[in-house]
Amino acid sequence: MIKKLIDKLNEINKFDRNADNGERSKKLFGLAALYETPNEIIEAAAVVAGKGYEKFDVYTPYPLHGMDDAMGMDKPKVGYVSFIFGLTGMCLALLMIGWMSGIDYPNIIGGKPFFSLPPSIPITFEGTILLTGIATVLGMLVLFNKLPKIDSPLNDTDFMRNVSSDKYGIVIQTDDDLFTEQDVKNLYLSTGAYNVQEIFYRESNLTTKTPLFDKKFISAIIGTAVVTAVVTYFIVNFVLYSTVPFDWMWVQPRIDSQSPSTFFPNNSGMREPVNGTVARGFLPYEYKGLPDSSVKLLANPLAVSKEVLERGQDRFNIYCSPCHGYFGEGDGRLKGLFPKPPTLHSKKVKEWTDGNIYHVITNGQNVMPSYAEQVSRDDRWAIIHYIRALERSKDASEQDVELAK
Amino acid sequence: MDYQKKLLPSKLGTIGYALLGIGIVSIGVSFAVNSHRAFFDYLWMYMFLISIGVGSLALVAMEYLVGATWSTPFRRVSEFLAALIPVLVVLTIPLFFGLHDLFHWSHPEAVASDPILQAKEPYLNVQFFTIRVVIYLAIWLIFFLLFSRNSEKQDLTGDPALTKQSIKLSAPFAILFLLTIAFASIDWMMSLEPHWYSTMFGVYYFAGTLVSAFAAATFCSVMLNENGYFTKKLSNNHYYSFGTLLFGFNIFWAYIAFSQYMLIWYADLPEETFWFIMRMKEGWAYYSIGLVFVHFIIPFLILLPRSSKVNPNLLKVMSIWMLVAHAYDLYWLIMPTYFTDGFGFGWSEIGVMMFAAGLMITVFKYRADRKNLVPVKDPKLQAGLDYHLT
Repeated sequence: MIKKLIDKLNEINKFDRNADNGERSKKLFGLAALYETPNEIIEAAAVVAGKGYEKFDVYTPYPLHGMDDAMGMDKPKVGYVSFIFGLTGMCLALLMIGWMSGIDYPNIIGGKPFFSLPPSIPITFEGTILLTGIATVLGMLVLFNKLPKIDSPLNDTDFMRNVSSDKYGIVIQTDDDLFTEQDVKNLYLSTGAYNVQEIFYRESNLTTKTPLFDKKFISAIIGTAVVTAVVTYFIVNFVLYSTVPFDWMWVQPRIDSQSPSTFFPNNSGMREPVNGTVARGFLPYEYKGLPDSSVKLLANPLAVSKEVLERGQDRFNIYCSPCHGYFGEGDGRLKGLFPKPPTLHSKKVKEWTDGNIYHVITNGQNVMPSYAEQVSRDDRWAIIHYIRALERSKDASEQDVELAK
Repeated sequence: MDYQKKLLPSKLGTIGYALLGIGIVSIGVSFAVNSHRAFFDYLWMYMFLISIGVGSLALVAMEYLVGATWSTPFRRVSEFLAALIPVLVVLTIPLFFGLHDLFHWSHPEAVASDPILQAKEPYLNVQFFTIRVVIYLAIWLIFFLLFSRNSEKQDLTGDPALTKQSIKLSAPFAILFLLTIAFASIDWMMSLEPHWYSTMFGVYYFAGTLVSAFAAATFCSVMLNENGYFTKKLSNNHYYSFGTLLFGFNIFWAYIAFSQYMLIWYADLPEETFWFIMRMKEGWAYYSIGLVFVHFIIPFLILLPRSSKVNPNLLKVMSIWMLVAHAYDLYWLIMPTYFTDGFGFGWSEIGVMMFAAGLMITVFKYRADRKNLVPVKDPKLQAGLDYHLT
């Protein structure tokens, strides 16, 4: 395989457009001259520019100071492109910050306004520099150097070989208005050229189609991008992020709840709330552990409504019905696994105030444990409303039946 | 190199003496009328002259240190301006009579009732302050004498070893310059508000120093060049470099100034923000916003195009502009401590600046009459005259 590759390379190297056949010499691109020293080429360029030639270019192995002036080149205009794109970048960055922090996701940070200028300046600066830099390079390449230039008649000529190693060359193109072969030749010789040659080419040999949109090229680029992205994804996720310190913060120098810590005197990592602390949404129950009679004055804070009754039914069916039964008659589904409670339709319960029932649910009674942990305060009151409804439904009057319709 | 020494017009000397005379009279009257304000004006002028004098010496050292050739033809301009340093030594003395007018921390009774000042007392006390000022002046003076001695000796002998020696001198001077200029600004200007601190203050003043010293060098060089004082005319390449560096130093100042502002704005600590709040009160608010335009936005936009960097007339205008902007900046740093109720500006401020301008012209003329305007036998001179950018 390597041998094949080497053969291929040799084949490419052997290819010489000068040598293919006589047809190449059909068209003259221009006249080229070679000089030995940089001073000569600068003088020659000045003479050529002075004679009024416009379509000429100078080729040197390295940049020469003073060549711009000698060739009479205009001042570079790429600065305008940079300036316009710099302004665009500045505006875009400001708009981006303004939209993100002022409109789309306003957040209070350090008590500052959502959008303010001072913290936006660095990003505005970066946006300006980014677009200026990109526009300057691309503008220089595309607008002023006219790249991508696919092919030139000068490619693969002896002239090019010389000027890319140690000689200094100049080419005046035939399509210059002042071009006549004899004049140009004389001009070259009078400025001290040691070699004057004609550059011929054949149009059919020039590549005109840009390889930039070639299917193979595009798919190679996309393929490379996909492979790079996938490989990076796996490397970053499984190699980098699984090692300290890039482990998604799985390992942290922190004290978890319930774990000990020598930092505090009692060696407990958790702190206890200050005495008298009331958790959000909870009110302490004043009658805890007191006899039933003391709670007679406690009234149901919830007004009866469809939602409250439905909530009460829901909670009753979950927490109360296993023992008390769905209708509160003490016929729960536990079937003797637990002592059957008395019915809720007894005269005693009916005559109880809501406060009494609340007290029982909260504190428990006899075998019944406290349900304060499982059922919230409001739900307990809702259950009481529902129990009252159950009691009323047991011996409903004519009126009630009418109302229910 | 055949160099024909050409004297500066005597008219310049007359202008210098006239400005100096008016300035001295004005300062004298000002001290008689209101010595408190006069000391602040005087400090403002003093800091401005430090910027030009010491900054010019730094530019000379910078040329040696980086091996620049393009600036060699007009290096003498900066050397002449650095001759302000011996004058500065004399100009420092009156300030010590006004320490109590200028510095709150110099009052022992104020320190006694102020825990912050008590904590800063080991640094901010009159004895140590005096020692530091003497050290700064000694360092600047010694290096000024060494650099100018080497440079003048070379005019006679043309010995390249002298350039080597100056390069060796410039390395320690670069470090000492940064330290002294930063500490001098902290001592003379930041301690006007002894409760306030900014770790960027030294760099801020350093940035302003470079802009103003370079602007002064640019103005003088362009003027001298247009009137044919150099052996060979400076080209557009020199002008372009003047413009670019003026532009670049100015952006550096803006960068530092903004960084200082943004950090204090972000942290929003009362012990830091009060300094800016002082400058946002009453008339000072307009003055502070004006600083952004005068010192950054306007010169930035004017100096941005390539064409304005090679335009000698514009360069002259802009270098004077930057000198004024630096004075504007220093006024902003110093004077709010005096004008606590709002912005103020009057004849006594104009008077001290006339003195400063007169002093610079006189010193420059004095040196130019006695020395060569071009370092005639400097080994880098020819390369500097032939300097080519593209």
